[in-house]
Amino acid sequence: MSEHVTLTEGNVEKETTTINIGPTHPATHGVFQNIVELDGETIVSAEQTVGYIHRAFEKIAEHRTPYQITTLTDRLNYCSSPINNFGWIIACERLLEIKIPKRVDYLRVIIMELARISDHLICNSIVGVDSGAFSGFLYLMQYRELIYEIYEEICGSRLTTNMGRIGGFERNFTNQAFEKLEKFIKDWPPVLEEFDNLFVRNRIFMDRTIGVGPISAERALNYGFTGPNLRAAGVDYDVRIHTPYSSYEDFDFTIPVGSTGDCYDRFLVRDQEMKQSMEIIKQAYQKVQEFKGAEAEVFHADVPDYYLPDKKDVYTKMEALIYHFKIIMGETKMPVGEIYSSVEGANGELGFYFISDGGRSPYRLHFRRPCFIYYQAYSELTKGGLLSDAIITMSSLNLIAGELDA
Amino acid sequence: MALTNEIIRQKLTEKFGDQITDWAEPYGMLTFSSDKNLNLKVLQHLFDDSSLGFQFMTDLCAVHYPEKEGKELAVVYHLHNLKENVRVRYKVFTDVKKPDVFSATALYSAANWMERETYDFYGVNFVGHPNLKRILNVDDMKYFPMRKEFPLEDQQRTDKDDEMFGR
Repeated sequence: MSEHVTLTEGNVEKETTTINIGPTHPATHGVFQNIVELDGETIVSAEQTVGYIHRAFEKIAEHRTPYQITTLTDRLNYCSSPINNFGWIIACERLLEIKIPKRVDYLRVIIMELARISDHLICNSIVGVDSGAFSGFLYLMQYRELIYEIYEEICGSRLTTNMGRIGGFERNFTNQAFEKLEKFIKDWPPVLEEFDNLFVRNRIFMDRTIGVGPISAERALNYGFTGPNLRAAGVDYDVRIHTPYSSYEDFDFTIPVGSTGDCYDRFLVRDQEMKQSMEIIKQAYQKVQEFKGAEAEVFHADVPDYYLPDKKDVYTKMEALIYHFKIIMGETKMPVGEIYSSVEGANGELGFYFISDGGRSPYRLHFRRPCFIYYQAYSELTKGGLLSDAIITMSSLNLIAGELDA
Repeated sequence: MALTNEIIRQKLTEKFGDQITDWAEPYGMLTFSSDKNLNLKVLQHLFDDSSLGFQFMTDLCAVHYPEKEGKELAVVYHLHNLKENVRVRYKVFTDVKKPDVFSATALYSAANWMERETYDFYGVNFVGHPNLKRILNVDDMKYFPMRKEFPLEDQQRTDKDDEMFGR
């Protein structure tokens, strides 16, 4: 104890309290720390500390081959890892200038939109938990399970998916995958409707979130906000529209925007985005079904230098074995060049700045993590508000510690 | 009139003449660089000029080129004009022995943490930054780990005999 606080008469109201929220605290939903200075229940100032689960991905990536980096991207935003996987794979494909078959693009769109739904449903139901409504969270978890079962059918794993190959998928979608997708398309919308009924016009929820943690469009842009948090402030920037990848230009969907940038708007934007994602999935599934004959079996582009051959062929065919070894050992070089490629992650623009010197691994790979960039606005968002509002603001920003620290 | 790479190049050449160099367009993104002391002037112009309007900072990071004498560290800015939907990449190079680069925090609030991260990993000293301290690594770290002279640990090393973490 270095300082002993002595209270003299008349100065009690000047006293402030320092509270640590985190590094491990149920309210942070991840490992990061907020040191808040409180005057009563009002936040006077707040400071964030990050880096508790920093794993040096950028350094490790400088020593790894592309397929080994996919597993690193899994662990950025682990609530929607397929988007990160494809973001990275698309960056490689753009560097290699590979043309991807339409069917692969549409299948990827289905998976990426499912991932967006699974991410948004967690975020929105956590906002519910932090405002005192626990049941929505438990209810929606069942439906995230359905999404994970679809992943499982496609790549064999659930959370850290490591999905996709340069040029396409590791294998074609099975009939079971499509059956599960159909089940999800059928079961999910009414559940989301129910979830809406629970929250959207709920007086208590509205009182807890309207006007809480607001940010103006100018400040949000200056702070580098992207994704739902930026759109809640009223800026209709979406990478899917502005720099289409994976044939997003073929789909008909709208970008929901808010106006005040407060927690309620962020909630509504995510809510509407889930519905738009559902529309995209339906359209994509229909387009996938329209392929006939040989086209209906396409699941990767013909790029033997970068696409891992089928394991069955590796055991029986000499050529496949050679390619397998070349790719696994990193003997297939990436071209010299630099590229910035981004996708619309669940939290915003997930960018990959990839400098290749022609070697087996990137000379430099920088991840633009949306979380890391918008979390710095947190102290500005919460200043002058109540402590309980700061908790809701944190969850409605959807901070994922894995993405913060990389 | 849509903002194209040619127009951006023309506008910048009008203002800065031949001080902006290394024009390139890898994969369609206009890339250029300048002297590191000009960085704030160039960024300010890109931000303020009504026809350029690069008011969104997408990304800021550094790259280490140990073999480039006197230009070892590159600070790379990715800027975005959201209205016209055009991106540019702007680089400044600095000597690793005196890595002072002016901070862009006054223009872009987003640069705050990104500059701290860049300082943390490459040791670029952003002059004018309000709170330049380590962000992801521990505070008492003595070196800048993303520089190329720090290799990853040898996977074959056998001299560790820690019961929990050794191999």
